[in-house]
Amino acid sequence: MSVERVFFRFDPTGDSHSLDAYRGRGGYQALTKALTSMQPNDVAQEVTVSGLRGRGGANFPVGSKWSFVDRKRGVVYLCCNADEGEPGTFKDRWILEHSPHQLIEGMLLAAYALGARHAFVYIRGEFDLPLRRLRAALGEARASGLVGERILGTPFSCDIVVHRGAGAYVCGEESSLINSLEGRKGYPRNKPPFPAIKGLYQAPTVVNNVETLANVPWIVAHGGAAYAAIGSKSNPGSRLFGVSGHVARPGLYEHPTGYPMKAIIFDDAGGVLGGRPLKAVIPGGSSTPVLTAVEVENVTLDAGSLQQAGSMLGSGGVIVIAEGTCMVRLLHVLTRFYAHESCGQCTPCREGTSWMNDILERIVAGKGRPEDLDNLRGIPQGIMGNTVCALGDAAAMPVMSFMRKFGDEFEYFVEHGRSRCDGRLEA
Amino acid sequence: MSSLSKKFEELSSVYPTGTSSSLVLPLLHFVQEEKGYVTQEDAAAISDCTGVPAIQVTEALTWYTMFRRAPAGRHVVKICRNISCSLRGAERLIDHLRKQLGVEVGETSADGRFTLLTVECLASCGTAPAMQVDETYHENLDEAAVDRILGSLR
Repeated sequence: MSVERVFFRFDPTGDSHSLDAYRGRGGYQALTKALTSMQPNDVAQEVTVSGLRGRGGANFPVGSKWSFVDRKRGVVYLCCNADEGEPGTFKDRWILEHSPHQLIEGMLLAAYALGARHAFVYIRGEFDLPLRRLRAALGEARASGLVGERILGTPFSCDIVVHRGAGAYVCGEESSLINSLEGRKGYPRNKPPFPAIKGLYQAPTVVNNVETLANVPWIVAHGGAAYAAIGSKSNPGSRLFGVSGHVARPGLYEHPTGYPMKAIIFDDAGGVLGGRPLKAVIPGGSSTPVLTAVEVENVTLDAGSLQQAGSMLGSGGVIVIAEGTCMVRLLHVLTRFYAHESCGQCTPCREGTSWMNDILERIVAGKGRPEDLDNLRGIPQGIMGNTVCALGDAAAMPVMSFMRKFGDEFEYFVEHGRSRCDGRLEA
Repeated sequence: MSSLSKKFEELSSVYPTGTSSSLVLPLLHFVQEEKGYVTQEDAAAISDCTGVPAIQVTEALTWYTMFRRAPAGRHVVKICRNISCSLRGAERLIDHLRKQLGVEVGETSADGRFTLLTVECLASCGTAPAMQVDETYHENLDEAAVDRILGSLR
């Protein structure tokens, strides 16, 4: 297995985000190569061959997404999704803060492949340092002829506009992001038509995550085949995994897909805080179904492996939970979040997320009723698959998996009016 | 020319032609940065310069959580209450902040110095627990760090 790294090829210092530092790491060589010796289709072809999949959580093949765009329709938009907000995920922020030119180069390559004259970065409204770093990097890139008219003296022109969100988890969903970028509230759109056919201002639009686009320079520089050789066969590549929660060394670790889950928790992140036993892991951001310590045993950080275990790789945010943690109160933290972030468009999600949260609020207050447990099993079933976007499923999956795997703790809480684990959330 | 229409001109030169409705969010941010909150009159003015229907601007103003329609304290403390921060002590810090500031979540201290808010994930899970004071992130917090940060702000 190759251990080639796409991101952690340098130690972040005070200026590793600068153009000079990025050039020192070989930055913008892929762009020069593409603009001087490759046709747009060649770039798209390398990305297809690489097997790169979307890193925002949906894991969709990037080459396919790009291939749906009808480039003959004139205006095509590229949007970078930098609305990172999936709890447990903090990788895009790192890229924006420490290697923003890598994203810019990836966007320029994507725009070249897609024929996009204009590109946007939709960045979380809360992000401060990432925004300042990205704007500064764009300023440097413009001044050096890397962004704007006739890039590197070639006929290719592309402008990149940075657009701030304003606090809405759902805007990470691509059609919600597009509505938000059009100055509307961020209601997701019905699909089809998919954004590649009708997106921003009705034009063909590709929305790709920050980490996804930041992989593209490496792919163009080394070839799609070299990227496809990294990690697992069906979902190749190198990924930024964020480990958080009850571990000794939380943080971001880059590994090829297929890296063992236990290795990232116990080797990279130093094991469970205070040497306590492992209770559970949420493997790919808060929306992915929780796994018990036993289920985690042989799982790898690969979409296929996690699917077999009944969960998902999602956005690569591994949330570690130590023995002794109250799963009832922890699920309440999540239901509160989804009830807060449901956009209000679809009834099953708008009502269902609030119902689930009301029930958990009652249970953790010691006033749970016996029928609450049945409702906590039934409501998510009514949400799953019945909404315009994936937020409904994202809210339902944690509840279903917590109830299935830790149902006895919920029964105990309702019966005794208190937590079996002293209500602990901290390790 | 008002500062809003000046900002509109400036942004119009940055955004592609035909995308002026995209300026709604940037202009709402602009107004909030200028005076701390956004009123219905501001929304109407944004509607006037962008040509976006007033109702759509109002929808944006009221739908996104970062926009305020009333003044806040001089400093806005936003502490994360989501999963990774909760696992690292967010509840303890929220209690500490309530005590130190003498307010409940959502309230502004009597001296007008601080507004305390809880927020959802700030993408600081690897450096939890975290809070954002005004624009600045503060991470790997404990009670002493919170006290230091509050003490440094007037």
